[in-house]
Amino acid sequence: MRTPRQASPALLALTALVALFMLAPMAMSVLAGLLNNYSRGLKSGLTTRWLVEVWDTYGGTVLASLGLAGACVLACLLLGVPCAYALARSRSRWARLFEELLTLPVAVPGLASALALILTYGAWQGLRQSYGFVLIGHIVFTLPFMVRTVGAAFQRDELRSLEEAARSLGARFDQRFLGVLVPAVLPAIVSGCLMVFTLSVGEFNLTWMLHTPLTRTLPVGLADSYASMRLEVGSAYTLVFLLVILPVLWGLQGLGRLMEKHLGT
Amino acid sequence: MPTLSPQAQRLACAAPALAFFAAFWLLPVLQLVALPAQKGWATYFAVLTEARYLKSLLQTLGLSLVVTAATLVLGAGVGVTLARQRFAGRGLLLSLLTLPLSFPGVIIGFFMILLGGRQGLVADLTEALGAGRLTLAYGLGGLFLAYLYFSLPRAIGSYTAAASAMDPALEEAARSLGAGPWRVVCDVWWPELAPTTVACGAMVFATAMGAFGTAFTLASQYEVLPITIYNEFTNYANFALAASLSLSLGAMTWGVLWLARRLGPEARNTPLAGA
Repeated sequence: MRTPRQASPALLALTALVALFMLAPMAMSVLAGLLNNYSRGLKSGLTTRWLVEVWDTYGGTVLASLGLAGACVLACLLLGVPCAYALARSRSRWARLFEELLTLPVAVPGLASALALILTYGAWQGLRQSYGFVLIGHIVFTLPFMVRTVGAAFQRDELRSLEEAARSLGARFDQRFLGVLVPAVLPAIVSGCLMVFTLSVGEFNLTWMLHTPLTRTLPVGLADSYASMRLEVGSAYTLVFLLVILPVLWGLQGLGRLMEKHLGT
Repeated sequence: MPTLSPQAQRLACAAPALAFFAAFWLLPVLQLVALPAQKGWATYFAVLTEARYLKSLLQTLGLSLVVTAATLVLGAGVGVTLARQRFAGRGLLLSLLTLPLSFPGVIIGFFMILLGGRQGLVADLTEALGAGRLTLAYGLGGLFLAYLYFSLPRAIGSYTAAASAMDPALEEAARSLGAGPWRVVCDVWWPELAPTTVACGAMVFATAMGAFGTAFTLASQYEVLPITIYNEFTNYANFALAASLSLSLGAMTWGVLWLARRLGPEARNTPLAGA
């Protein structure tokens, strides 16, 4: 008799079907980006010329997205890590309210947040025309992820006693914070950074509203190439996106395993 | 240097984030909330009172509900299977299946064009079968499959984690007492998977309601509310209406997530990314 430790044939078939549905488009897209002619298939031979064309046309968007994501990570570190500490240590009603409000930009569709930003700051031409405007949108959207990830780490009990010990030994607040607390939650901080990075690189809903022709990002360029370029170019561009995002995701996974091993959580 | 009280230290730590958030989200959103009032109070209810917005809302609700139901059923099946069946490459498969979580919605729209577009895989298959070239990418079918595509990774990830924590002995006991597959699903799986279902269902529904990039790429005949908002704002410069519709949409997605958190604490720990 079959044990519950094995799945039934029906479930296996379902899983295979779902896996096919999820993986086939990824494989097709990678392949199409490397084929000379998509409609003639493999017979037309492999090429890197579409990748070169993508780099010539859209290379700037790739660099812009990497720069934006880096700046977004930095801003989330500076704003989010101290804030996560404050929220983890505070028991006041105001802290809970702020925590609740902070997650709203994630629960509310990006379109609404972007409209709100444009209505309020759209007339400030200097800001509106710069990457700073897109960056603000990305920070609003990613900050809750950083605060939540790091905040959970700050709440560990042994950290409170560690902090108390440092205090009783005469360490000032900045010494305790930078010398004791931050190193103790470093894995959570790194994992928050990688999360913010991937979210920023892939963000479209806010970015599409906030960008201008001079401040395009990778996903904005993707939308443009899908609408106006041949299928092979769109696919090659998608491949470029995968090449940017995959190393970060692997880093995130590796880090997760490392944290599991060392902290046993 | 005078030492600050712990309370003042905490306030100083939270102040930069508080200031940023107040300036770049709270204040703009309050303006968004105030905007429709300029055109009269009725503007706030435009999504219910004007036929074409109501149609767009109902279409979005219908699509999101069906996608959520399909995602939960398929996700639970795949999750339970992946949690139990040991095979080579299982870890790799799981990470590939959850990879699309980090894709922007536009990529998923493009994937549907590759699958069901004019040069797509489905068209090639149906032509080979002698049924002519079938394109489904630009209609309701394409939209449904695309939404399913960006929802499944989250469900598969959550259900695999939840099912790994299930005790197989329970199911063995139920089977040996003569329970059929349906009874096992209802009496053994459901109680264990219910919290995941609530948390994941709310998240999938909220993401589907607000999804913009995917529908934008497919330029579907079937209009969803985010596209309506975008058109009102960009093509007709109707800011008050765009604000009113965004508020309605935001209130609905937030409300669903809030309700799920009330029902189960599990929904708190799982953040939501856009699609």
